[in-house]
Amino acid sequence: MFPRPIEKSTPAARVAYKTLLPVALLFWLLPLLAVAVFSVKPDADFTSGNYWGWPSSFEALNNYGKVFFASDMPRYLLNSVLITVPTVIGAVALSTMTGFALGIYKFRGNLLIFFMFIAGNFVPFQILMVPVRDLTLEMGLYNTKTGLVLFHIAFQTGFCTLFMRNFIRALPFELIEAARVEGVSEIRIFRYVVLPLMRPAIAALSVLIFTFIWNDYFWAVVLTQGAESQPVTAGITSFNAQYRAAYHLMSAGSIVAALPPVLMFFLMQRHFIAGLTLGAVK
Amino acid sequence: MQTLPKRGFWARNQRRLAPWLFLAPGIAFFLVYVILPVFQSFNLSLYEWDGLGAKEYLGLRNYEDLYWEFVDRDAFFISLKNNLIWLFLYLLAIPGGLFIALFLNQNVWGIRLYKSLFFFPFVISQVVVGLVFAWFYDPAFGLLNVALGWIGLGPINVLGDENLVTYGIIAAGLWPQTAYCMILYLTGLNAVDPEQIEAGRLDGAKGLRMLWHIILPQLRPATFIAFVVTIIGALRSFDLISIMTQGGPFGSSRVLAFYMFEVALSEYGFRMGYGAAIAVVLFLIMLCFIAYFLWSMWREEKGH
Repeated sequence: MFPRPIEKSTPAARVAYKTLLPVALLFWLLPLLAVAVFSVKPDADFTSGNYWGWPSSFEALNNYGKVFFASDMPRYLLNSVLITVPTVIGAVALSTMTGFALGIYKFRGNLLIFFMFIAGNFVPFQILMVPVRDLTLEMGLYNTKTGLVLFHIAFQTGFCTLFMRNFIRALPFELIEAARVEGVSEIRIFRYVVLPLMRPAIAALSVLIFTFIWNDYFWAVVLTQGAESQPVTAGITSFNAQYRAAYHLMSAGSIVAALPPVLMFFLMQRHFIAGLTLGAVK
Repeated sequence: MQTLPKRGFWARNQRRLAPWLFLAPGIAFFLVYVILPVFQSFNLSLYEWDGLGAKEYLGLRNYEDLYWEFVDRDAFFISLKNNLIWLFLYLLAIPGGLFIALFLNQNVWGIRLYKSLFFFPFVISQVVVGLVFAWFYDPAFGLLNVALGWIGLGPINVLGDENLVTYGIIAAGLWPQTAYCMILYLTGLNAVDPEQIEAGRLDGAKGLRMLWHIILPQLRPATFIAFVVTIIGALRSFDLISIMTQGGPFGSSRVLAFYMFEVALSEYGFRMGYGAAIAVVLFLIMLCFIAYFLWSMWREEKGH
């Protein structure tokens, strides 16, 4: 293990390390803690200039209540769910198939197609912006959740294919050979041999794509406009415009908007990190 | 003489057809929404178009206008310069992430929770990160100025200062990006071969020498991925700028990604062709990196 385990150092070093840990964490999360503190303060604290002092009263229920019951926030959250979940399902479904095709079969153009997916995954969004917006307009899907979902599925398929293909490459190929000898059709091999083995990859990708799409802002701004279809990342800006200078509400709103991926991360941590660090080790 | 039972067309050819069948929907989606639009943007950059009416062919005029800054004074080169600053400074996330990973790579009680909490900023949307940092920098009540006040330094308005604003936004971006690099390195450190470390220790290698000669070479895959995601992140910087400054003050924090959006889709007018030309420039910068990434991956594939 590197660096040297702290248990093997002097007791003084151990104590120093254990005190440094929470202090470092406190500094690291300071901007976020500030927002959390803001979100439980009453309005009066901001007008009286008590930004960083002890809250004069705890208004968490009140502030978060306003976010949930007196604003468009629930609607934006619902939109985010309705955009994110179908995208996850769509992108994972498409990429299990593309990953299977590119990982199992040897054919001309295999590597070329694989590299097309990787390269496409890296392009700047702006080079896609005008044509994709135009296409969405032409299909009559501008300012709809469907329009956003279709684009997200397509774009995420690039990254997902990279992930799935490499995962399938690492599976024992003998299983597929054995099934072929038995005369199992290729489609049934996919369905009954490979797909069950891909569960960990599917879990990891789902959590990861959920976070990416939930946090998307650019495409939300380009392809949607109003409260009926905008996800929460775009909604929060309108929310903030509505409550300009109401820092307690803006903070509460931001925390609500940020929460779902955070929960997802803490609940599915192992899968999340497995997905993110794919390829970071040999 | 017995003849083999005739098998159907599918049964005979399924090995050849199956991959294309599985690829078809994925490729179709990807072509329509990603590959074709790249070419469409190249084409569009040769026209003037407001998004609705007829397109007017201009040839390379849009690019000449960019170069001579005929349409917007300074905007293009300021954006380009800021993009380069982003590219260089964003790379600090890699050593930063390594540093935190080394700090956290211990086995004390509760360390897993610490690792998760350090990783936390990456999971939050950039929109929220932008808001949080905009308040952090606020000249009236921001924590930064409160802290500066303690050591007797006057308030600075980071986001209102033309010379500081880009650095302020990059610092905000580095926060989640460093967390990302940290998690990559933590995973990498987990897989470092303990025998090599022991061998190194026997040879008297310690601290930085050990890190440089024994650990870092084994962390190369992690470093490569950290490099890839950091470069991409730097060139995609849009959310933070849009949330924190809208490119201001006086356009001094624009980058190409934001400038392009502004030209093509904001109240400044729908100049799609000109926007496409900016996007093409951004794409060409990215293309240098994409080519390098693909080349590295291709070598890897051939190595197997």
